[in-house]
Amino acid sequence: MAYITCDNLALGYDGRVITEDISFSVGKGDYLCIVGENGAGKSTLMKTILGLNSPMRGTVEYGEGISKKDLGYLPQQTVVQQDFPASVYEIVLSGALSNLGFRPFYRKEDKKRAEAAMERMGLTDLRNRCYRLLSGGQQQRVLLARALVATEKLLLLDEPVSGLDPRVTTEMYELIQTLNKDGVTVIMISHDIEMAVRYASHILHLGRKQMFFGPTKEYLDSDAWKIFGRALDEQTKEG
Amino acid sequence: MVMVLAENMGIWDKLMYYLEFPFVRYALIVGCLVALCSSLLGVTLVLKRYSFIGDGLSHVAFGVMAVAAVLRLTNEMILVMPLTILAAILLLQTGEKARVKGDAAIAMVSVSALAIGYMVMNLFPANSSNISGDVCTTLFGSTSILTLTTTEVTVSVVLSAVVIALYVYLYNRIFAVTFDENFVRATGMPARRYNLIIAVIIAVIIVLGMNLVGSLLISALVIFPALSAMRVMHTFRGVVILSACISLFAALTGMLISILSSTPVGATIVSVDLVVYGIFLLLGRILRR
Repeated sequence: MAYITCDNLALGYDGRVITEDISFSVGKGDYLCIVGENGAGKSTLMKTILGLNSPMRGTVEYGEGISKKDLGYLPQQTVVQQDFPASVYEIVLSGALSNLGFRPFYRKEDKKRAEAAMERMGLTDLRNRCYRLLSGGQQQRVLLARALVATEKLLLLDEPVSGLDPRVTTEMYELIQTLNKDGVTVIMISHDIEMAVRYASHILHLGRKQMFFGPTKEYLDSDAWKIFGRALDEQTKEG
Repeated sequence: MVMVLAENMGIWDKLMYYLEFPFVRYALIVGCLVALCSSLLGVTLVLKRYSFIGDGLSHVAFGVMAVAAVLRLTNEMILVMPLTILAAILLLQTGEKARVKGDAAIAMVSVSALAIGYMVMNLFPANSSNISGDVCTTLFGSTSILTLTTTEVTVSVVLSAVVIALYVYLYNRIFAVTFDENFVRATGMPARRYNLIIAVIIAVIIVLGMNLVGSLLISALVIFPALSAMRVMHTFRGVVILSACISLFAALTGMLISILSSTPVGATIVSVDLVVYGIFLLLGRILRR
């Protein structure tokens, strides 16, 4: 049974369609990378899956045992966050927000989960450090840890490596791969198509419409890869 | 007569002398509570770029206050509180929609409220012939803190207690929604509702604070302590606690200075806040090195 099933989605703003004919599904244990040019609607698609945007047409369905609470989201960084006075621990713990119910404070088990997530992301030593003083890679690891506190089922990562240097980018990909091997299902937006085809199990290629969806191996034989993928690849290298 | 007596005493005696008056004690209690409340949400306001909403609201409160004075309401809060809360909700809604430029809408609302308030005060002079004095009091709060009735004191104490209790209860939610609204919405929590509650609390704080420093200076009371604390603290909780302490200190110091040397209350408190900010700015620079 698939975790997420999107059927014939059309996405856009103000009555204008950006991308359409999007149909795909994500199953347990999958690692789906969403690739495509800037402005192809990758972030919009992710927000639609999360229920933050409504699609112009089509449906998004959550599979059995999946509710909004089981979606861990790593959004693109906002300006506000870059100058935010909060410790690593405070931010990671805030991932447990949906467990709060009507209680005002977090329970012991929430705190334990936060500690475990920090351990997993190698943040234990940075526990009390201020978020705004961390490096880009460290900040992304904090946000990833927060998403893990929210859920271990399904993570949606919106460009977790943007703005990171190549070494840190590779580390991030390795880290996400480890999570995936531990059973976490991952949906990730990536600019870096080379990394995407190296690590992901499935690829969704977005253009004016859906260019490709399927296992990564098939993608490498597809027209989408041959015509657009390589161009994108070159673009990333130049950029 | 009071002044003549006071001039012949030392500072301490003078203070003790003033503290014997119940209205001075009321002023200190209410002042401290208002300062505490207003500092709590300062961090959120600054970080969420809501400072301008606070400013807009204080002008709205001024306008409504003028109307309330003309209507000769015995308790102005009955009118001022609900209308300011309503304005807070409306401003927040427009602020969220990118289509109508949020800050332009707020600027429009706030200057209109100012103009209407002043106009109303001039067209229908309430009881005194001293219109500019009335306006000055509402804008800068000069003496209203010393003329509180027992009802006003009770209302202020109860509302402050509610604001503080609500803040503590919602602390973790306010933190999450301040840091990352999209994440909160994505996990299915009602981020909109939290924003709404924050706006309502801000409105309550502003109406409370008008008694202390007047409508023009209330934003300073909300924002300065948070800005000072953010210079030196590295955790959200630390910032909130320190800004509460700074705000209490500044309000108390400001009120005492103003009682002892008869300077305007609101302006003195804000000046102390400004000096404290300067100190923390320097401190932050030194610590970061």
